[in-house]
Amino acid sequence: MTSIPPDPDTTTDTALEIKSRGEEYEAQHVHSVYEEIASHFSSTRYKPWPIVERFLKEQPDGSIGADVGCGNGKYLGVNDRVFIIGSDRSTNLTRIATRHAPHSAIVASILALPHPHNAFDFAISIAVIHHLSTPERRIEAVRCVLELLRRPSTPDAQDGGKALIYVWALEQKESRRGWDEGCEQDVMVPWVMKGKKEGGRKAGRKGRRRRKQGDGDGVGEQEQDEGSEHQMGAGQGDQEGEQEEGQKEPGDKTYLRYYHLYRKGELEHDIEEAGGRVVECGYEKDNWWAIATPKGDT
Amino acid sequence: MKLLTLNFLTCAIKTCKSSPSSFPLHPRDAELEIVEADLNLKFLENILPRLMWDELRVVVDELGLPTLPPTIPTRADLVAPSSPTSSSSSSDPAPSQTARDLHRILIETCVREGKLVCGNCGHEYAVKEGVANFLLPAHLV
Repeated sequence: MTSIPPDPDTTTDTALEIKSRGEEYEAQHVHSVYEEIASHFSSTRYKPWPIVERFLKEQPDGSIGADVGCGNGKYLGVNDRVFIIGSDRSTNLTRIATRHAPHSAIVASILALPHPHNAFDFAISIAVIHHLSTPERRIEAVRCVLELLRRPSTPDAQDGGKALIYVWALEQKESRRGWDEGCEQDVMVPWVMKGKKEGGRKAGRKGRRRRKQGDGDGVGEQEQDEGSEHQMGAGQGDQEGEQEEGQKEPGDKTYLRYYHLYRKGELEHDIEEAGGRVVECGYEKDNWWAIATPKGDT
Repeated sequence: MKLLTLNFLTCAIKTCKSSPSSFPLHPRDAELEIVEADLNLKFLENILPRLMWDELRVVVDELGLPTLPPTIPTRADLVAPSSPTSSSSSSDPAPSQTARDLHRILIETCVREGKLVCGNCGHEYAVKEGVANFLLPAHLV
């Protein structure tokens, strides 16, 4: 399979923009977008990723967990024998997430979580930390997740709480986006909200569409591909390398979200910088993931 | 927001976390609602060792709910004594009244509207339509 050129629709930042990154930047290029697309976004997010599902299911009964950046709460449905408090920056997504008994969901920033330190047995933060727009803020975000967890009983013990972190990978040349080593890591990724009256057109095209792994719908995370194309209306991005704008029809609206694409080893580096230890890590379908634990007090 | 959640919430402001008075958050002008839920005895048993009982009692008192017993129930307290006539070895144990009370308080009693106040800095976090919002204004981050 030949690699696909980077999506021309994905704009890279200028030096000027880099300087302005931070809280305000994320408010405009991440938070407000999710607030706008919450309902549509949520309808495309219901299939748990296998590694996350496994992590949640292997937690002992009665464990206390945090799902930082829980979105619509799709991971709150995986294990009802533990208690998870989900949190998300988007009120609209949090409202959807509160429907998952016996768990709970609150609105909060990953950088200012309203939880006691060292109180949680486990945490997950799935497709969240790549939305923070400076290296310092990403490392701080990892630190904030690790702070929630029980410390190990001794500096070398393995019994501390564990956090599973997922971020989008730079190395995903097999995906429709086609990014790979050497590409710009700070990108704006479009989300296209289809307007009305797409039904007939969609059905007609379905037959000659060819899906492949990682074939994004202008969305990014893999889960979009796995179970939701029928929900997405599929209009955008169904031919490789074709940009959303080309498929855009009257009534469609494009939102751009900021992402930092992680290169190999970068997530582990951030975890170390944040005072954590990497227990396990890997790559799965366009994403880097790691299980981290806080280092004991020395 | 169910009251169990309050057991794991403190002030979002970093400098407050080291202060014991930031936990628990204190409900103010709270409007409560009961959201019926199936009682999961195993879940209650499992969650029991994690409850900060004294703080939970404070919150329950502040909400004007019936006062909780001074000491935390044990696991055994949550199971109804099996009647001698029934051979209940194969069936699941039944929840006791204590378990039902605890389920009512922790899981079914929810703050629908109101505020949660930090006992250290006094910051108020709003609860609207059952969702608590801990986003801080820029100058407090």
